[in-house]
Amino acid sequence: MKKIMNMVNAINDALDIKLSEDERIIVYGEDVGVEGGVFRVTEGLQQKHGVERVFDSPLAESGIAGTAVGMAVAGLKPVIEMQFSGFANPAFNQVVSHVSRMRNRSRGKYTSGMVIRMPYGGGINALEHHSESLEAIWAHIPGLKVVIPSTPHDAKGLMIAALESEDPIWFMEPKRIYRAIKQEVETEKFSIPIGKAKVIQEGTDVTVVAYGAMIREVQKAAVLAKKEGISVEIIDLRTIYPIDRETIAQSIKKTGRIITVHEAIKTFGVGAEISALANEEAFLHLEAPPKRVAGFDVIVPLPKGEQHFMISPEKIFYEILRTVKY
Amino acid sequence: MFKEYEPINKKMFQIIDNDGKIINKKYMPELSDELILKAYKDMLFARTADQMIVSYQRQGRIYTYPPNYGQEAISGAVVQIMRDQDWLVPAFREMGAYLAKGASLKEIFLYFMGYEDGVNFKNAENFLPYAVPIASQLIHAAGIGYEIKYRKKDQVVFTFVGDGGTSEGDFHEALNFAGVWKAPVVFIVQNNQYGISTPFRVQTASDGIAIKSYAYGIKGIQVDGNDFFAMYKAVKESFEHAKAGEGPVLIEAVTYRKGAHTTSDDPTKYRTKEEEESWDAKDPLKRLKAYLTSKKLYSEKEEEKLIEEFKKEIDRQFVEAENYGEVALEDVFKYTYADMPTDLREQMIEHEKFLQWKNARN
Repeated sequence: MKKIMNMVNAINDALDIKLSEDERIIVYGEDVGVEGGVFRVTEGLQQKHGVERVFDSPLAESGIAGTAVGMAVAGLKPVIEMQFSGFANPAFNQVVSHVSRMRNRSRGKYTSGMVIRMPYGGGINALEHHSESLEAIWAHIPGLKVVIPSTPHDAKGLMIAALESEDPIWFMEPKRIYRAIKQEVETEKFSIPIGKAKVIQEGTDVTVVAYGAMIREVQKAAVLAKKEGISVEIIDLRTIYPIDRETIAQSIKKTGRIITVHEAIKTFGVGAEISALANEEAFLHLEAPPKRVAGFDVIVPLPKGEQHFMISPEKIFYEILRTVKY
Repeated sequence: MFKEYEPINKKMFQIIDNDGKIINKKYMPELSDELILKAYKDMLFARTADQMIVSYQRQGRIYTYPPNYGQEAISGAVVQIMRDQDWLVPAFREMGAYLAKGASLKEIFLYFMGYEDGVNFKNAENFLPYAVPIASQLIHAAGIGYEIKYRKKDQVVFTFVGDGGTSEGDFHEALNFAGVWKAPVVFIVQNNQYGISTPFRVQTASDGIAIKSYAYGIKGIQVDGNDFFAMYKAVKESFEHAKAGEGPVLIEAVTYRKGAHTTSDDPTKYRTKEEEESWDAKDPLKRLKAYLTSKKLYSEKEEEKLIEEFKKEIDRQFVEAENYGEVALEDVFKYTYADMPTDLREQMIEHEKFLQWKNARN
């Protein structure tokens, strides 16, 4: 059976299904219980699964992540929420020093399998520290897997996979499209493998890799490109790390051109990794230099300056043209 | 005062009751009628502006805003004591304090309209930008306190946080540093009973916040934050204590956030109307007004007139803010470093080339 869902509904559905079948799962964070989260992603879960399994925590991100380590080594499966990606920073020490390392440090005796979920990204006229895209920082930490869905369907499937993973999963939710995209999603349990990218549009002239809220922008750019007779292949990365080198390399070998699009700042970002991958895996197939369309290396501006920072379909189209005409 | 109201005695410091009657003469501060009236008008201005911002937000003319409604006596008391040379290290729910420090309403509007320029505070000295990352600012206050001691300056730091913020590690670290250094910092916790939807009892098992002062070896006091006179007296004594080099003070101002956490929040999800109404009797403006009218220093008629004047002034500044204009591309880049790195400058130039192409195309 299928049901129309937005991303908020889809993640809620995944959590609901797993809470029902896995007693180890504990969902907590700031305002996730009674209120159901500031974006209502966990709405109704406390009523259904009880206050011992879904609850509000004190306002302390390091405490949330650190207690989750304790729960995980003792055999529970915590799903913790960082209210905004920009507020996850106090948890940095716990995540880098413990969450990501527990398996290695204990030589596999203990693990800190958990899901750390958070809304991220710009474009919603938010206050300071509410618009960052810090996936490259988290992807740089050995032991963490970083997942970013771009549709309700993917959000559900990836969340189920995250809840069934033995590793800690850093699950970033593009809040700009929390409610903007609705689609039919299966109501049954299904999962989408972590670590696999997906070719969501086949093309022959240029490969564009993106994820999260940028997928929609890339799709719009591809329409503009098509009018100019340019055929764009679009890859939705879905998982930032482990990165799916094979899918990307294969596509570059076919098109000979690669552009990465992300909202996160450019330098030392995911696009740099993909450009390196292109050189390492498909150097002789390249007909143009690998290109990045990314945020400037600045603090995300407040709403009145944000339009300068956000990546438009036209900007992507512009870089597609330059790459194809190189 | 500190002795009699030691947190361990579990006695909240109050001076007037809900009807504005003095119930604690011993500690009633000696204030001129003019000052009391001025304080009331400051609070009324802050409340009127606050309410207008919420309605501007509903009209879609401003983005997310955290209302101050119900908490005005706390900033209202601080600003009668804070001097120009003192530091203000804010959280984000202390409008009265910003205005007194020299921020214009227009600047406050600009920030919540989405301009970084709104926290530049052109005419205010020793005033840090708002701190959205909860409790992080408290440690800065301790650091400023160190500088004041180091240079033997005549300054005190006033810093604010909410009850939710006391759960963060930074709260502990700030009090600990300030205690060790005997830094001249007045820490003011606005205990408004909620961190967004999370009630105080879920935030901490502690019997209040003031009692935590013992653990840091500093003075602490729990004050009725809706009682202007009690807040004035507590802040004044704390200020003198800090200024004299006796170390920091932790003030717990017990209050109630009558509005939403921010305009994005819906309190009906997590609290009852009965609870909200139970705090109406303790409203800080209502209580101070009752005191003033009983002394024949003020009347309802005056209030109506004042509010009309305030509204005009507030709207004038709001419209000015609305006409502030666009943010230039360069403004997004130029404050990132002292000198813009070549790489960053090239990103800006590349983007300008794109804009030229886009304009030529349209």
